[in-house]
Amino acid sequence: MNLQIKPILSALRRHKAGTILIALQIALTLAIVCNALFIVHQRVDRVNRTTGMDESNVIAVLNRYVGKPDSFIPLTQTDVAALRNIPGVESAYSTNAYPLRQGGWSTGMQIDPNKTKDSVPSALYFVDEQALKTLGVKLIAGRNFNPSEVVTVGPQSTPAPPQVIITKAIADKLFPGVSALGKTIYYAKGKPSTVIGIVEKLTVPWVEWDHMDNVTLMPVRFDSGYQQFLIRTKPGQQDAVFKAIPGALFKVSRMRVLPEKYGLRTFETVRAKAYEADRGMAILMSIVCAVLLAITAAGIVGLSSFWVGQRRKQIGVRRALGARRSDILSYFMTENFLIALGGAVVGTALALGLSQWMLTHFEMPRVSVTYVGVGVVLLLALGQAAVFAPALRASKVSPVEATRSV
Amino acid sequence: MFGYYLELALRSLKRSKALTALMVLAVAMGIGACMTTLTVLHVVSGDPIPEKSHALFTPQLEPRDKDNGFYSRGEPPEQVSWQDGMALLKAHRADRQVLMTGGMAPVQPANPSQDPFFVHARYTTAEFFAMFDVPLKYGHTWSATEDERRERIAVISSDLNEKLFHGEDSTGRTVRFNGADLRVIGVIEPWRPHPHFYDLNAGNYAESEDVYMPLGTARDIRGPRAGSRDCWGVGANVEETTLETSNCTWLQLWVEIDDPAHVAAYKAFLVHYSEDQRAAGRFLMPVNVRLRNVVEWLDFQKVVPSDVHLQVWLALGFFVVCLVNTVGLMLAKFMRRSAEVGVRRALGASRGAVFAQLVTEAGIVGVAGGVGGLLLALCGLWMVRQQPDQYASLAHLDMDMLVATFAVAIGATVVAGLLPAWRACQITPALQLKSQ
Repeated sequence: MNLQIKPILSALRRHKAGTILIALQIALTLAIVCNALFIVHQRVDRVNRTTGMDESNVIAVLNRYVGKPDSFIPLTQTDVAALRNIPGVESAYSTNAYPLRQGGWSTGMQIDPNKTKDSVPSALYFVDEQALKTLGVKLIAGRNFNPSEVVTVGPQSTPAPPQVIITKAIADKLFPGVSALGKTIYYAKGKPSTVIGIVEKLTVPWVEWDHMDNVTLMPVRFDSGYQQFLIRTKPGQQDAVFKAIPGALFKVSRMRVLPEKYGLRTFETVRAKAYEADRGMAILMSIVCAVLLAITAAGIVGLSSFWVGQRRKQIGVRRALGARRSDILSYFMTENFLIALGGAVVGTALALGLSQWMLTHFEMPRVSVTYVGVGVVLLLALGQAAVFAPALRASKVSPVEATRSV
Repeated sequence: MFGYYLELALRSLKRSKALTALMVLAVAMGIGACMTTLTVLHVVSGDPIPEKSHALFTPQLEPRDKDNGFYSRGEPPEQVSWQDGMALLKAHRADRQVLMTGGMAPVQPANPSQDPFFVHARYTTAEFFAMFDVPLKYGHTWSATEDERRERIAVISSDLNEKLFHGEDSTGRTVRFNGADLRVIGVIEPWRPHPHFYDLNAGNYAESEDVYMPLGTARDIRGPRAGSRDCWGVGANVEETTLETSNCTWLQLWVEIDDPAHVAAYKAFLVHYSEDQRAAGRFLMPVNVRLRNVVEWLDFQKVVPSDVHLQVWLALGFFVVCLVNTVGLMLAKFMRRSAEVGVRRALGASRGAVFAQLVTEAGIVGVAGGVGGLLLALCGLWMVRQQPDQYASLAHLDMDMLVATFAVAIGATVVAGLLPAWRACQITPALQLKSQ
């Protein structure tokens, strides 16, 4: 095997163009594939992020009231009661937002009553005493809200109820090293809110935010014509409840719109919707990788077959001079390995360069060396697999070919 | 001569079907991927109002106090407050100016059997239509006088006109919007600038609105707003009804300055206005104004999704690999025909003739690849349209892209064929004949 490397190199010098083309193709494919697979990996990681909720058996409803009553609160209250009465419903509440909803409200909060500078941002979820159960989040300190603590907040005013429940992320940030329970936070100047509970984890409504785990639960009924209902069903009852919801709501009042696409969604749908761009990108990148590898393999097969055809006579001569079939096979396999190795070296440099370029243009993390390593192994293996069939055909060339004139 | 080359090329391509298919497929996939992503990029990064984009500006001011939390990043707010918007509107320092905001509310059809439905609305001052070149189908739009009088009037989209009035000339009829009756004075032609540059709060590629009414009228009928609102200072307890007097930015202001020489003067006016407000104690931050035109504004707001750029680059890389592959395969194919080329050369064909014939062959691969690429691009764009992104519905292949597809496909494959063809015509006839 080792002995063959020198003659292979000198033979390759005779088809420079073909050699360079295969090596170039392998290099480009390597550079694109390992960066693309790295992006796939990142997107898959994002899609698999948890919300801190128990996401099974949860249904989200988006409801818009038609008409202009003095207050929407009575309507909302009757709707929530009607939803809670549907057989199979475990708990339900009305809110402005929930994880992965892709729309919601954020505000700055601080522990100094007089300053709003250097405030910590938090998403706000308006909830009642059934919310923790419906969301399925884990309360790790303190207590849940009482029904009597739920306050009404007018449209577009800044809510700052006396009691709030915060996530552990906020507690750690505002009160490092000490318990946040019983402490005071200011969401609006001069209006204190006391922390009565801490939940382990709950994420903001958006999939892209600098502070994913900063969420405040506020015991608030929000006076708005635009309400979200979150419903937890008993296990196995999700489908039945899903079908029963529009009927139950329209029975209360017909003056409402449940928008076609967003009106009624299981939480699985909410999650799929929130991450569909990421999933689409991951699928696209995977397809591109697969097709690129296939094209590269096909190119290697094509060019190697041509070389085998061109060298039938030499192969015959070698066979006649005593070379075994395995020698011929290993000659072509080694040849391809050398070319692929050359391509991989260039490709590694290209891959790192490409990654650096994406870092500056798309603010993406640098591709990990593991990915490049895996890419190199993958392409070397692909090359060997692609060249195997032409090489096998070469090894079957009979020594008699040496005597033929063509 | 070309006909003969064509025939030779077709015959040769037919002889090695697998290799030809592979080349065509590689070119087609590269072209298809590039055309799909470039069309999407073309659509999303287009100029929404090409005739005027350099004359339309959105002024930004810094009206906030020093204590404005985490919102400030050295940039003034993207919207203006009612006080500042009205002051700049009434100053009439630009050729045209418009102050507006978005809204969303139910429309109740007169026919009781038809369910109420939600529409997007634009609450705007009169010059909106002239400024953005909105085409009118029936009736007329309103003037500043009707703005002043806060008349209960509306201009509606042809979509809504179709839905409510079966596409008839509906001027004079009534639309019940958010419980208030508005008299229709005009219907506009289908109009959808993309991106939705004049108010990106609605979504970067949002469809245009269905109901347009004077800003003052919308405030009178409590038209629900849809958009963002940023408030600052003490007493953040702002009610929707007191927005006119609150420290909140919630309106979009656009001005038209037709003469480029006047742009600097308008900017100086904004600085001057800000200084006056600081002197009066209303503005507390240092003077900070911006006057971006449409293109600069879209750029500043990073409207084109970065995934789209990434996809274009990915597709271009893909195309390059496909082309390298095609060059390799073509090289193999042409060199395999050394004997044939030798015979032809010995029979008197010049190098140029051989070269022309082989490049013709490459060109045919290009045409076939172009057709394949076009089909793949159509298929790709269809898939893009099934995506939920707001811009997805806009992704159609236009004539420019169609021509570009073929030009690129043929150009690229001919270039790809140059090296192999050149190598092939270097063959010495004598050497080939000797080995026969």
